[in-house]
Amino acid sequence: MSTTAEQLHDHHHEHPKGVLAWITRWLTTTNHKDIGTLYLWFSFLMFFIGGFMAMIIRAELFQPGLQVVDPMFFNSMTTMHALMMIFGAVMPAFVGLANWMLPMMIGAPDMALPRLNNWSFWILPFAFAMLLSTLFMEGGGPAAGWTMYAPLVLQTGDAFPFLIFSVHLMGISSVMGAINIIATVLNMRAPGMTLLRMPLFVWTWLITAYLLIAVMPVLAGAVTMLLTDKFFGTSFFNPAGGGDPVMYQHIFWFFGHPEVYILILPAFGIVSQIIPTFARKRLFGYASMVYATASIAFLSFIVWAHHMFTVGMPLAGELFFMFATMLIAVPTGVKIFNWVATMWKGAMTFETPMLFALSFVVLFSIGGFSGLMLAITPADFQYHDTYFVVAHFHYVLVPGAIFAITAAVYYWLPKWTGHMYNEFLGKVHFWASMIFMNLTFFPMHFVGLAGMPRRIPDYAVQFADFNWVSSIGAFGFGISQLLFLFIVIKTVRGGKKATSQVWEGAHGLEWTVPSPAPHHTFSTPPDVNLMHKEAHS
Amino acid sequence: MRHARAGLTVLFSGILLFLATPALAEWAVNMPVGVTPISREVYGLHMLIFWVCVAIGAGVFGVMLWSIFHHRKSRGVKAASFHEHHMVEVIWTVIPFLILVSMAVPAAKTLIRMEDTRDADLTLKVTGYQWMWQYEYLEDGVSFYSKLDSESNKARQLNSGIDPESVPHYLLNVDNPVVLPVNKKIRILTTANDVIHAWWVPALGVKKDAIPGFINEMWTLIEEPGIYRGQCAELCGKDHAFMPIVVKAVTEEEYRQWVAEQTGKSEAETASL
Repeated sequence: MSTTAEQLHDHHHEHPKGVLAWITRWLTTTNHKDIGTLYLWFSFLMFFIGGFMAMIIRAELFQPGLQVVDPMFFNSMTTMHALMMIFGAVMPAFVGLANWMLPMMIGAPDMALPRLNNWSFWILPFAFAMLLSTLFMEGGGPAAGWTMYAPLVLQTGDAFPFLIFSVHLMGISSVMGAINIIATVLNMRAPGMTLLRMPLFVWTWLITAYLLIAVMPVLAGAVTMLLTDKFFGTSFFNPAGGGDPVMYQHIFWFFGHPEVYILILPAFGIVSQIIPTFARKRLFGYASMVYATASIAFLSFIVWAHHMFTVGMPLAGELFFMFATMLIAVPTGVKIFNWVATMWKGAMTFETPMLFALSFVVLFSIGGFSGLMLAITPADFQYHDTYFVVAHFHYVLVPGAIFAITAAVYYWLPKWTGHMYNEFLGKVHFWASMIFMNLTFFPMHFVGLAGMPRRIPDYAVQFADFNWVSSIGAFGFGISQLLFLFIVIKTVRGGKKATSQVWEGAHGLEWTVPSPAPHHTFSTPPDVNLMHKEAHS
Repeated sequence: MRHARAGLTVLFSGILLFLATPALAEWAVNMPVGVTPISREVYGLHMLIFWVCVAIGAGVFGVMLWSIFHHRKSRGVKAASFHEHHMVEVIWTVIPFLILVSMAVPAAKTLIRMEDTRDADLTLKVTGYQWMWQYEYLEDGVSFYSKLDSESNKARQLNSGIDPESVPHYLLNVDNPVVLPVNKKIRILTTANDVIHAWWVPALGVKKDAIPGFINEMWTLIEEPGIYRGQCAELCGKDHAFMPIVVKAVTEEEYRQWVAEQTGKSEAETASL
């Protein structure tokens, strides 16, 4: 009843006339759903720009010899592809999902800090416009890898200060987003929504937000030291002045490893929402899932140096980081086992979100296995900086983070738009993505083991065959994502009407509001205690 | 019928064409075993952890597949309601932990051996430059630079028009290879003059970063004479892909002979000045 009134009320305010009014509306919005939508579209755009860079990389690697780009531009493509995908596509997509779903999942009317929310989004277009503009500068774009290792990164041309400043902006945006999420989750839960009743997506995001606050300032510090080394005569990383280039790597990876979990913990949350819905069975081991997530987050702070086994650490350091890294397999294994136990004796159906979630479990595990192999330090000396590593982190990021985000979009799109997506097209998108993704990244394990270093624009002829296969897979994967764009636009514009619950097995507060979710939800908080009593009687 | 046959012909010739195009190349899928005691140990560890992963994967994915086929709504099953079991959680925490411990022990043993650079017979100092290597034989007083051979260098230019397949050891050949004796413990010191590089020869089972201002060490003991090729393994700028490493492992007599030639050459050069 109250929601209907809200909807009418909404309608009154919505659809301002004219282009200027439309721009003003999106520029000044403080509504969590609007900002979520902005984040998601922004991330989609960055995904295609970063993806286009990947196509250039794969075009050059299609066959041995240099045919398409010169080596310097190739290096800036690998660098920019990573920066766009990590900071532009995956992280904003998760923040967008958090914006849309977190308030609705905990029964809050909006985020705790709506104006901060607006600002943390609107920083991003400027940050990435600046980063992209470096490609047209004297000396080309940044080409020292997304890790920006000193001293190589100090050879960057005019792009250098712009690179550093755009990383600062991304960091500011992420930290503000994280503060907002923590404030929302800790303060705005509906009565009865105790911490251990929160949906797992809320939990994983809460933990991710703490990781962000802990490590983004570390990255800001590292790149600021680069800036002062370059322009203000300091020698943090310059051995001639008493500095240490390896110290940069320690600081960077102290940020970088928790960052890896920032990119995957919300994905764990998404999959933990989707599998129970389509298995029509409660998540197995809810509490152990929460503790496993927290353990992974803790361990992520004490394993950073496994990215740098070859820098010449003392033996004791190498042993410690090997053991600590192997330990991460335990809580990660617990998560995988819990998902499988959730499916066990369920009544499963296989709509598109479920297909993506299931392939997440299998393919992320494969990325986990190669991660375990990389943890074995003596073997890592062989794997390090080869395509085996490229295969590993693409397996955890593409069918890991990206598939989870895709699953989330299909899962919640009916809630956002009020329309069902086309299930047939969704399934075509899934199978094309899944097959081409494996065609792209699986052969990279082989060329890596056979000795192909990463970040090279040209390679010895014995690597030609698998690179050819990878490139074909990559082009197929790229084209498949255009289908995704088409499906999303088609669903926004129309389609079968969605019910409030959307999915037969769906549980949670977000499914109690109408589809599309009205502009304002839970202005009066729901009584979660009552709902729990009903569910358990 | 005729259409079907024409279709089949096209299909088969397509497959044949597919198989024929990469005639020169190989489909290597695994790490080379290498020619040093350490490289063999590393290979063993690699295969061990690989099979452990395969076994775990087969188990987990097997259960998952069984569930996907049998516990689907279309078969008319009703979802069970269990969602917690403490003992199960404990079991699948403890068992993986024990598997990890059993992996960590042999890995640690090998790692300790890898880092033991004592009692070397010979020391080779490697310095990385953008984009070549300098080699200095500390005991034998030989020193030279080594960079990509000119044939590969010509072919690797943008749109050179030279087919890389026609170049012997494309991108893996140098003008001056490193010559090392077999069955000697060789200590390799790495450093760099500009940015970070990494010296890596897969068959020797060693890789270490070459870092400006710092000296790293590693060791190897080559058991079979032969030519072993590797590449720089740390992004070092524009021509990172074009600074390969070639190690020529020879018998001790041949090595002594080579050293004599090299020192003779440099003496002759000094004399002529």
